Amino acid sequence: MSVPAVHPFHGGLVLEGHKRISTRHPVVPARLPERLVVPLQQHIGAPAEPVVQVGERVLKGQPIARPRGYVSAAVHAPSSGTVAAIEARPVPHPSGLAAPCIVIETDGEERWRWREDQRPDWRTLGPEALRERVREAGIVGMGGAGFPTHVKLNPGAGRAIHTLVINGAECEPYITCDDMLMREHAPAVVAGAQVMQRILGARRILIGIESDKPEAREALSEAVRAAGADDIRVVSVPARYPSGGERQLIHLLTGLEVPSEGLPADIGVVCQNAATAAAVLRAVTELEPLISRIVTVTGAGVAEPRNLEVLVGTPFADVIDQAGGYTDEAVRLIVGGPMMGFAVAHDEVPVTKTVNCLLVAGRGEVEPARDPLPCIRCGACVEACPARLLPQQLYWYARAKDFDRVQDYRLFDCIECGCCAAVCPSRIPLVDYYRYAKSEIWALEREREKAARARRRHEARLARLERERAEREARQRARRERATDAAARKAAVAEALARAGARRSGSAEARRHEGSEGG
Amino acid sequence: MIAAVVALGAVAAVSGALLGYAAVRFRVESDPIVDQIESLLPQTQCGQCGFAGCRPYAEAIARGEADINRCPPGGEHTIRALADLLGRDPKPLDPERGAEKPPSVAVIDERLCIGCTKCIQACPVDAIVGAAKQMHTIIAAECTGCELCIPPCPVDCIHMEPVPVDLDNWRWPYPEARTENLA
Repeated sequence: MSVPAVHPFHGGLVLEGHKRISTRHPVVPARLPERLVVPLQQHIGAPAEPVVQVGERVLKGQPIARPRGYVSAAVHAPSSGTVAAIEARPVPHPSGLAAPCIVIETDGEERWRWREDQRPDWRTLGPEALRERVREAGIVGMGGAGFPTHVKLNPGAGRAIHTLVINGAECEPYITCDDMLMREHAPAVVAGAQVMQRILGARRILIGIESDKPEAREALSEAVRAAGADDIRVVSVPARYPSGGERQLIHLLTGLEVPSEGLPADIGVVCQNAATAAAVLRAVTELEPLISRIVTVTGAGVAEPRNLEVLVGTPFADVIDQAGGYTDEAVRLIVGGPMMGFAVAHDEVPVTKTVNCLLVAGRGEVEPARDPLPCIRCGACVEACPARLLPQQLYWYARAKDFDRVQDYRLFDCIECGCCAAVCPSRIPLVDYYRYAKSEIWALEREREKAARARRRHEARLARLERERAEREARQRARRERATDAAARKAAVAEALARAGARRSGSAEARRHEGSEGG
Repeated sequence: MIAAVVALGAVAAVSGALLGYAAVRFRVESDPIVDQIESLLPQTQCGQCGFAGCRPYAEAIARGEADINRCPPGGEHTIRALADLLGRDPKPLDPERGAEKPPSVAVIDERLCIGCTKCIQACPVDAIVGAAKQMHTIIAAECTGCELCIPPCPVDCIHMEPVPVDLDNWRWPYPEARTENLA
C-alpha cells in the first residue's frame, strides 16, 4: 500500500500522549445507574422540547424530547423506567450552571421500544430517507462540539461535496475513546462513513488517523479491504496536536484550506467524527437512537483508567466508580482533555452525547499555582498557532476589552486549542482571554439585537398612540359638527313651529274678529 | 497676459465643473448624527436621562444640550461608545441619574393584579398584555427593564427580577490571576 502524502499545517505541538494508560482493557458497558439525568440541550442549537410528562413510563430508545427547529436534536430515553422529574440539574458546562433535564428512574429491565427486526439494507434507501433517520436518532457530532449531524449532512444545493473526511485523529492527550471504537468496531465506522457518503454524494472518503494508533489503523484498513471499497483511504497523519481540529485535518488530508469564517462545505468537504459514523450506522440499520457512547475515564486520579460504553445521563460519579474510583492523587475533574477540556466542581453531572473523556487529574498532572508574568513578546505563540493568528495581539486587545480590534485580528478563527497558552513562557492563560472576548462579543450582539427590537416596538407604540389620537380627534370633530347640525335643525324646527303657531293663533284671532264682527 | 487669464480661467472652469459634478454624483448620504447616537443607546425608553425616551435624549446630545453620561442602563459601555463617536472624553455616569444595574425584567404578581391597565399605558414597548378587569402579564422577552410600570400600579403588584443566567447568556469571566495550570 502506498503511503498517501499529507500536507502539514502551520504550528501545533508534539505533546506527551498519556494514551496507553486507558487502552489496556477492552470497552465494556457501564452499569445501569438508578437514575439517568438527561439534559435537553446536548448539542449546538435550540434545546429540545420535552414530549413526556412526569410520572410517565418510558421505554429504552423512546423519544422523550423533540427538536425545536432545524438546528436542534431529539433526545431519547437511554433506558426504560419512569420519568421522575423534568427540572434544572447541573450539566457539564464550564459555567457549572444547571439546565433543564429529564430525570428517569430506571427499572432495570432495559425494555426497548419497537425496533425494526428485519434490518433493511441501507443501500436501498435514498439520501433523504437516510438523513431523516439520522435526524430522528438525535445524532450530534461526538467529537466535542455537538453540532447536529443531519444539518452537517445537508450542505445545501449550491455546495457539491467531493470528499468526506472521517476524523479519527483524536489528537488530544489522554483521550482514547475513538481509538478503542476504531479498534473494536472498525467495520461499523467504515459502513457508517459509507452511509454518510451516500447522503452527501461524496466521491471519496478519507479517514484520518494519528500515527500513534497502529492497531486502529490496521483494523480500519482491514475493514475497508473487507468492504471492498476502493474509494476509501485510511491515511496516517503525524501525531501533532491539533491534527484532529476540523480545519487542520482537512488541510492534512487534502491540502485544502477552509476559508476564514467559512465552512468546510464551501470547499466541498464535510468532516465527521469516527464515533459519529458508528452512531449513524446504528441509526439507519437498527433505528437505534444515540443513547450511549464510549467515554474514556483516565488520569492519575482514577484507580483503573479505561474506556466504558456509557448511557447518556449516567452521573460522572457512577462512571468513575466503575473505573476503580478515585485515588488519593485526584485533585481535579476535567471534562474532555487537558488542552480543551474544562473543570467541573463535582461529579453529580451527567454524561452527554458530547462527553468523550473524564480526566481525573492527579497532583503531578496539575501545575502548581503561579501568577502569570507580563507578555515579553517572544512570539512563541505565533509559531505554535495552528490557525495562523497573532495570539499576542489577540491577548492584548482582549485584555484591553477592545472588542473591535480583537475581531480585526480574527478572534473568531481561533479554535481554542490552547497551543499558545501551552508554549507561553509567561504562563498567561491566553485562551481564557479569547473565550472571555468571544462571549462578551456575543453578549453585545444579543444586546444590540434586543435594543433594535425595543426601538421598533417603541416606535410602533408611538405611531399607534399618534394614530389613536388622530382618530379620537376626528371622532370629536365629527360629533361637534353633528351637534351643530342638530342644533341648527332644532332651531329651524322650532322656528317653523313658532311660525305655524303664530299663523294658527293669527287665524284664530281673525276668526274671532270675524265672529265678533258677524255676532 | 490675456493668454494667461484665459488659461487660468479655463482651468478654473473645468475644475469647478468637475467638482460640481463630483459633489452631485458621489454624494455621501451619511447617517445624521442623531441616528448614530440613538443606535448606541440601549433603547430602554426608561427616561432616567430626563428625556422622554432614547430618541429625545439622542437629539439633545446632538444639539449639545445634554451630556453623554446620563444613561444608567447603558452604563460605562454606552458612555465609552458615545465618547468614541463624538470625540469626547468618557466620564463617569452621572450619579443623579441612577446607578448601573444588572439587566432585569418586570414581573407582575398575578394574584394581586386588579386589571387596571395603568401599567399597560406606561409600558414604552408594549410588553404588557391584558385588558380592563383582566389579569395582566409581562412578555419577559420584550421587557427592557425600564421600571416605568412600577409607579403607576395602584396595588404594588409589579417588581423587578434580575434576568436569570442560563447556558445561553452566561459569559466567560474576565481572567484573573489563575491559580493552577495543567501540565
